[in-house]
Amino acid sequence: MSDPIQIATQAIEERFGAQSSEFREQVSLIIQPEHIVQACQVLHNEFSFDMLVDQTAVDYWPQETPRFHLVYQLYSYTYHIRLFLRVPLNGNVPSLPTIESIYPNANWHERELWDMFGIHFENHSDLRRILMPHDWEGHPLRKDYPLGYEEVQFTFNYDEIDVRKPYAKK
Amino acid sequence: MGIEQKLGNLGLVTVKLEEAVNWARTNAMWPMLFGLACCAIEMMSAQASDYDMSRFGMELMRASPRQADLMIVAGRVSRKMAPVLRRLYDQMPDPKWVIAMGDCASCGGVFNNYAIVQGVDEVVPVDVYVAGCPPRPEALIHGILTLHEKVKGEKIKDWA
Amino acid sequence: MPELDTHIEEVSLDGLRRLVSEEAIEGRTVLLNMGPQHPSTHGVLRLLLELDGEKVVNCIPDVGFLHTGIEKNMEAKTYEKAEVMTDRLDYLNTVGNNLVYCLAIEKLVGLDVPVRAQAIRVILTELQRIASHLVWLGTHALDLAAMSVFLYCFREREVILDIIEMCGGQRMMATFFRPGGLWRDTPVEFEAAVRNFLKNFPKRIKEYEDLLSKNPLFLERTKNIGVFTAEDAIRWGVTGPTLRASGISHDLRKVHPYSGYEQYDFEVPTSDMGDTYGRYLVRIEEMRQSLRIVQQALDKLPYGPVRSNNRKFVPPPRSELGVSMEALIHHFKLWTEGFPAPKGAVYVAVESPRGELGVFLEGDGGPKPYRVHWRTPSFVNLQILPLLAKGHLVADLVALIGTVDIVLGDVDR
Repeated sequence: MSDPIQIATQAIEERFGAQSSEFREQVSLIIQPEHIVQACQVLHNEFSFDMLVDQTAVDYWPQETPRFHLVYQLYSYTYHIRLFLRVPLNGNVPSLPTIESIYPNANWHERELWDMFGIHFENHSDLRRILMPHDWEGHPLRKDYPLGYEEVQFTFNYDEIDVRKPYAKK
Repeated sequence: MGIEQKLGNLGLVTVKLEEAVNWARTNAMWPMLFGLACCAIEMMSAQASDYDMSRFGMELMRASPRQADLMIVAGRVSRKMAPVLRRLYDQMPDPKWVIAMGDCASCGGVFNNYAIVQGVDEVVPVDVYVAGCPPRPEALIHGILTLHEKVKGEKIKDWA
Repeated sequence: MPELDTHIEEVSLDGLRRLVSEEAIEGRTVLLNMGPQHPSTHGVLRLLLELDGEKVVNCIPDVGFLHTGIEKNMEAKTYEKAEVMTDRLDYLNTVGNNLVYCLAIEKLVGLDVPVRAQAIRVILTELQRIASHLVWLGTHALDLAAMSVFLYCFREREVILDIIEMCGGQRMMATFFRPGGLWRDTPVEFEAAVRNFLKNFPKRIKEYEDLLSKNPLFLERTKNIGVFTAEDAIRWGVTGPTLRASGISHDLRKVHPYSGYEQYDFEVPTSDMGDTYGRYLVRIEEMRQSLRIVQQALDKLPYGPVRSNNRKFVPPPRSELGVSMEALIHHFKLWTEGFPAPKGAVYVAVESPRGELGVFLEGDGGPKPYRVHWRTPSFVNLQILPLLAKGHLVADLVALIGTVDIVLGDVDR
């Protein structure tokens, strides 16, 4: 770990009780959901992490606690360093505050997370589906959502699948 | 036969109505711009230099469905886009034809999942399927020429 | 499969109440739908425009018409088989998508890449960058009514696609890069073809500049349109030429070099105008710098193997299968099951022609990726479109969509 990252990580560990880990030279901090907005505020103001690169989630179903890990990635233009924040979330429809006020581009990232995972963000300005049609039911990237795989037509089962396929009429 | 030998001096030519109408339809078929994804780039390459499609009468690509007669569905059709596709097809006036360009439009292609319509023939009736991911511009032109052959074989019973 | 629902639901005005201003509801401004099928939106992008006469008051993008579910589909395939789907994301930068995915796998499992493979990866990536900028220039100029530039750019692009086809077998979706190196060595005609291209291309760039850079019509339509400041760019997470045209010189090839970029000497063009014209100048100059990189890489091209020797991840050549038992076992294991990756998450980013393209890959000890997330530049860059469009005319909106350089496959994944 280089020095700016070490300083920032230690400060966050002390103030918010986070745990840090390193894998293939990338530093991640595990932070609880109540502290995430303040942690981002601190990192933005004091440690010059001025860009939110990415905000994504990983689903660990059927494990329920934690069910999701929300991964934030922050980047600093002054020191050229990246920092990953992982937030564990429990339950089926977890909810946590939005960081849109600190990083405006979190708007679409959080809409995508709501759409794909069902993670609700409080105080978000416009939380609605972005990639799926607006009346779609279900959250596709969850592990208990099926892939929607359609049976492939080979020569031996061509005719039986053909009668079930919905062809369009003119 | 007999009439033509006598009329030859008058500068007239007789031909069957089917052939005349089909010839007119194939030589100036205007495609509608319906490029969705990667196949659209190959369609643009087929329209641009080196594989010029305006040799076949398709100089213009009309964006408005009211003025086009060929819809080349180039690219993957997602479930959000399917109603839009059907609406545009309905807005095209007769006679109209559809070419499903690429694997995703023909059968769903590489993507066998919740988000992609498995074959655009679930939404609109297709005349010619062009395979490839994406098909080369030459393959697309071959598909268009196949469609021209099909149109030339149309009978008066079908469209009158 | 359920019956396909092709009936369109009418959206009531109440549904839009939160999104558009009060004046639209009252009727003083006009709501116009610039629909998914439109000649100038560069793909299936739907914009809901609120217009006051010809001026744009607000512009709300509606994406998702090309959503392919690639991230979920990749979880169902093994690591190497899923690479086929990566080409189809940003379909103008197919080689770059393969590169970032292979780099992520190599970082996750700890695989080495020989130097010859790295150099050829750099050559093909830079050629793909030139091809992508040519498509951008052609379609951007076509939208601003300069049609001949479109035809010239696609003529140049055919030469590059021939080179990619020579190596990988396919014009666009070659999947030539594999984890550990390349699929196979480049053919004998490769070097001559690339040198030929390098000889002919600089005068073509000059042709485009002669047609556009001092053209009064082009200047009228692009100067002071869509001015974007550096602070806004950092706040909104914008990367790529859009960021560099606002004055910040940040290029991932210089700051966090990958695949041997530190050996090559090139500049990162910036501009401090921050408008559409500045972005045009930055991209034209980037094409020139890419030519420099290809020249240096081709001159220094080392000899050697093109794929790693680590048989746990890279299949052995078929000639060995008849003589060695271990080769047969490795071949069997890799073909039936695929290689396992350790538990943990990595993030690798490269500089695509549109910005920072990154892959977040999490493995769980099995042969299939547990979670693949693509941080695509177009998804993040598209968010600034409402900011850029305020106060401009509808005709300028077309120029702005072109200058942000989005590819809808990237946005919707």
